[in-house]
Amino acid sequence: MSEANENKGLIRRFLDAPPDSVGKTVFVAVALCLVASMVVSAAAVALRPIQDENKLRDKRINILQVAGVYDENTPVNEAFEAFEPHVLDLSTGEFTDAFETSEFDALADARDPSIMRPIDEDPAGLGGQMQAYRLVYLLRDDSGALDKVVMPIEGYGLWSTLYGFIALEENGNDIFGLQFYQHGETPGLGAEVDNPRWKALWNGKKLFAEDGDLAITVAKTPPPEGTDYYVDALAGATLTSRGVDNLVRFWMGEAGYGSFLEHLQAGEVN
Amino acid sequence: MAQTYRSQLIDPLVDDNPITLQVLGICSALAVTSSMQVAFVMALAVTLVTGFSSMFISMLRNQIPSSIRIIVQMVVIASLVILVDQVLKAYAYEISKTLSVFVGLIITNCIVMGRAEAFAMKNPPIASFIDGVGNGLGYGLLLMVVSVIRELFGSGSLWGVTILETVNNGGWYVPNGLLLLPPSAFFVIGLIIWAVRTWKPEQVEEREYKIQTVEGH
Repeated sequence: MSEANENKGLIRRFLDAPPDSVGKTVFVAVALCLVASMVVSAAAVALRPIQDENKLRDKRINILQVAGVYDENTPVNEAFEAFEPHVLDLSTGEFTDAFETSEFDALADARDPSIMRPIDEDPAGLGGQMQAYRLVYLLRDDSGALDKVVMPIEGYGLWSTLYGFIALEENGNDIFGLQFYQHGETPGLGAEVDNPRWKALWNGKKLFAEDGDLAITVAKTPPPEGTDYYVDALAGATLTSRGVDNLVRFWMGEAGYGSFLEHLQAGEVN
Repeated sequence: MAQTYRSQLIDPLVDDNPITLQVLGICSALAVTSSMQVAFVMALAVTLVTGFSSMFISMLRNQIPSSIRIIVQMVVIASLVILVDQVLKAYAYEISKTLSVFVGLIITNCIVMGRAEAFAMKNPPIASFIDGVGNGLGYGLLLMVVSVIRELFGSGSLWGVTILETVNNGGWYVPNGLLLLPPSAFFVIGLIIWAVRTWKPEQVEEREYKIQTVEGH
């Protein structure tokens, strides 16, 4: 038996060894893990560029849509060139050159410590920290004057964090559009945030009441300030609606884009 | 071999359906059946994973030490699931966005594991592959039936195309919100199991207890 074994190659001997021996068990475990990890990482690395492109394309389509300039027949990247990206420092409300706009999304996705800051009050459910810098997009009209501003917003709904964009008119008060590009809310209920009819409700609403207080709300009944500041909550999706209300009010408030919006209203952004 | 390839492929559709007869894979059947498109991609993904994982496990079956066989099966299954997930993210981005969590959960789908342990460990690769595909199709068939019911009455559409114009969109149909929630699939699947077992009484399991008549004294 042992003689016969020595005549065989190493691999052959292993294959013939009883599967339940300790050596064989360890060998199978290690070999399988190696092969599986190579297959998985090869697939991940090989498909990464296509996946990233999909993600970027999806985000850009959403930015185009929220600003009302999406056209199915125009290539997305070409249409997107109309937008002027800027990194915004939320604490000052001014644009900063501290980050490259092309590299900012990668930093944001990685929740890089250099752009994050902890927050005490977290009504939008961001997990105790928020981005202190955000990538916003300016859209100009034909004469080069500021037309719209598109800002990313996010917050927790019922099951998931909703990621989206809000587009404001150049006066920093009128809402042009709002939509989410990623969420995991209940189809038919919370996921009705994607319903075009509901999204259309945002158009023409105002953020701030005449006394300057943030008045916009997503609720069942209009606030005392009137229907200009009111978006009807989704039927059957109380918690998602509340989440959207919280996140919009958070990002449009002082901790969010507040100081930037003041600059906008004063006409200082151009 | 007792079974022909053909019967291996056909049997799991109704006679030996993994969901209605074996009552496996219920959790994902609840989660992904609220729309047909999603259910279809899920069914396709599960079929591929069950087929290929059974095949690979069967190829390895004489080498797998019994003490770590479950883990070995899991590694094979998990790797395949990650592959499917990556491919979906690259080539079907929209669908992967709605499906993403559940693709990962194919790993825990009892059908995949069940076929690996019950069939692939004892049978040659081609038979195992066909067995896996058959069971995946059986799962997929039920998923499609449930999703037709749930999408039609829950959202008033089929395959994303509006059939019954809902009130939300200015139509007349008031959708049944319950059908959009996972628990409704329990009712639908329960009714289907009832129907199938009425049609094919041989699927009815024997009771675990018997009511006996005791003679009065």
